[in-house]
Amino acid sequence: MSASSFTARRTRQLGLALVILVVVALLPFGVKDVYTLNILILMLMYAALSQSWNILGGYCGQLSLGHALYFGIGAYSSTLLYTKFGILPWFGMALGGVIAAGIAMAIGHACFRLAGHYYVIATIVIAEIGLLLFHNWDWAGAATGIELPFGRDSWVTFQFARNKLPYFYFALGFAAVTWLVTWKIENSKWGYWWRAVKDNPEAAESLGVMVFNSKMMAAAVSAFFTAVGGSFYAQFVAYIDPESVMTFQFSLLMALPAVLGGIGTLWGPALGALILIPMTELTRTFMGGSGKGIDLIVYGCLIMVIALARPDGLVGLFHRRKRSAA
Amino acid sequence: MSAAALLEVRNVWQRFGGLVANSDVSLSVQAGEIVGLIGPNGAGKSTLFNVIAGLRPPTEGSVWFDGQDVTRLSAPERCARGIGRTFQVVKSFDSMSVADNVIVGALVRTSSTKEARRKADEVLEFAGLAHRAEVSAIELTPPEKRRLEVARALATEPKLLLLDEVMTGLTPSEARAGVDLVRAVRAKGVAVLMVEHVMEIVMPLVDRAVVLNLGAVLAQGKPADVVRDERVIGAYLGERHRA
Repeated sequence: MSASSFTARRTRQLGLALVILVVVALLPFGVKDVYTLNILILMLMYAALSQSWNILGGYCGQLSLGHALYFGIGAYSSTLLYTKFGILPWFGMALGGVIAAGIAMAIGHACFRLAGHYYVIATIVIAEIGLLLFHNWDWAGAATGIELPFGRDSWVTFQFARNKLPYFYFALGFAAVTWLVTWKIENSKWGYWWRAVKDNPEAAESLGVMVFNSKMMAAAVSAFFTAVGGSFYAQFVAYIDPESVMTFQFSLLMALPAVLGGIGTLWGPALGALILIPMTELTRTFMGGSGKGIDLIVYGCLIMVIALARPDGLVGLFHRRKRSAA
Repeated sequence: MSAAALLEVRNVWQRFGGLVANSDVSLSVQAGEIVGLIGPNGAGKSTLFNVIAGLRPPTEGSVWFDGQDVTRLSAPERCARGIGRTFQVVKSFDSMSVADNVIVGALVRTSSTKEARRKADEVLEFAGLAHRAEVSAIELTPPEKRRLEVARALATEPKLLLLDEVMTGLTPSEARAGVDLVRAVRAKGVAVLMVEHVMEIVMPLVDRAVVLNLGAVLAQGKPADVVRDERVIGAYLGERHRA
């Protein structure tokens, strides 16, 4: 009985996701405003990025505040390959993902021995080192950055300078894929292992869980998708420099939606991004240059509110309602 | 000590700097046997338990399981070979349901979550937790949590189950239920090595008792003989109670 109700619950989740996918896919028919479309694209991108972060930070419990590094690697690898060697961004995107996964595993190899807060601090420091390296790497544009050559709108070069709508659909697909991967993982050996590692590594080991390998796997998958998001972002904004793709702010923006929505949950990152990203964009727009940093104050307040009112994130609200209704 | 023993601890020494926690400890567990490891506080029971479970290798000596030297194997590798364990301080996966806790254990034998779920249902039924399967592990009562630990370990299909003070802190009726569970585990053909503090519970249950004192084996044998052993009485009650 429990097995069948479990399957039913998972099928329902998938159905709900499909409905949401279709509804969101239809949105551009109503929304013609470029500014709103921009916000929607960013929202979907951060939903996907935060879902990627959630794989390592939420499911496996290894809190990383250095995901900007993988994001930057994705952005730089597709951009550099295209501008320097004429290799299409699609290959750069895949390669960036692989490089980021490799680096995440190298970092993990050194840092997964660190417990709790020490791991968090290590990830911040390593990402900052990456930022500094790119700042001083002349071939990669150093602090000046790199501009993507202005070409025809095309899926081949993944450039749409005139009409941003294709980016919307890519971002939607990206969010859908990361959601689906997470959904799949939830009912897999890795998914169970990751949650066991998060809850109690010692008990996990006694049950045959390879704790270190589990963390490495989660780090690789998480970094791969984060880098894919980085390549997408580079194409979307068509100009990158270290400050615009690798700063600590991005690490925060990947972690926060998951924390806000519900860490280690299937819907948390999307829910968090739905609330956080429009808010960020709006404060930025209304405050303009004088409001620099205001969004950070907003994040800080949000974290405090969540920590006090709903430590398990907004997704917890739905669970509670369901339980009291039942 | 026969050559066919399931678990053999051979001349294990464990030193922490100048402190000797285990000195020259040897013991064995036969397939299908229940052995009690007892001793007063600070006797070195937990240290020995950790050596057997694979938390820390001994300073000297070796641990053999199923005819193979497992002294240097990690905890997950020992689990794969067939050593299951519980923890003295319960370590459930609190963000997961009871069933999911057990599924983690079952996944060491299969990669299919469907198969693991079926196995988990079976083990939960056996451990008397089937009605709590979908509850979050954090909502269990303390005795239920102990049961969950046993269920989780059983899901790994061990040949030997190491129980670390599973009866401690239970009420007499809960402890009786615990004893029944341990007997049922043995009936499945699983050998049990239990570290226990409470003599009244252990003695009627075990086939053999090994008494540790000051890090060394003080006595071992049938429970009835062990409790009458002068040295055991002395160690537990102090010299002046020796009658």
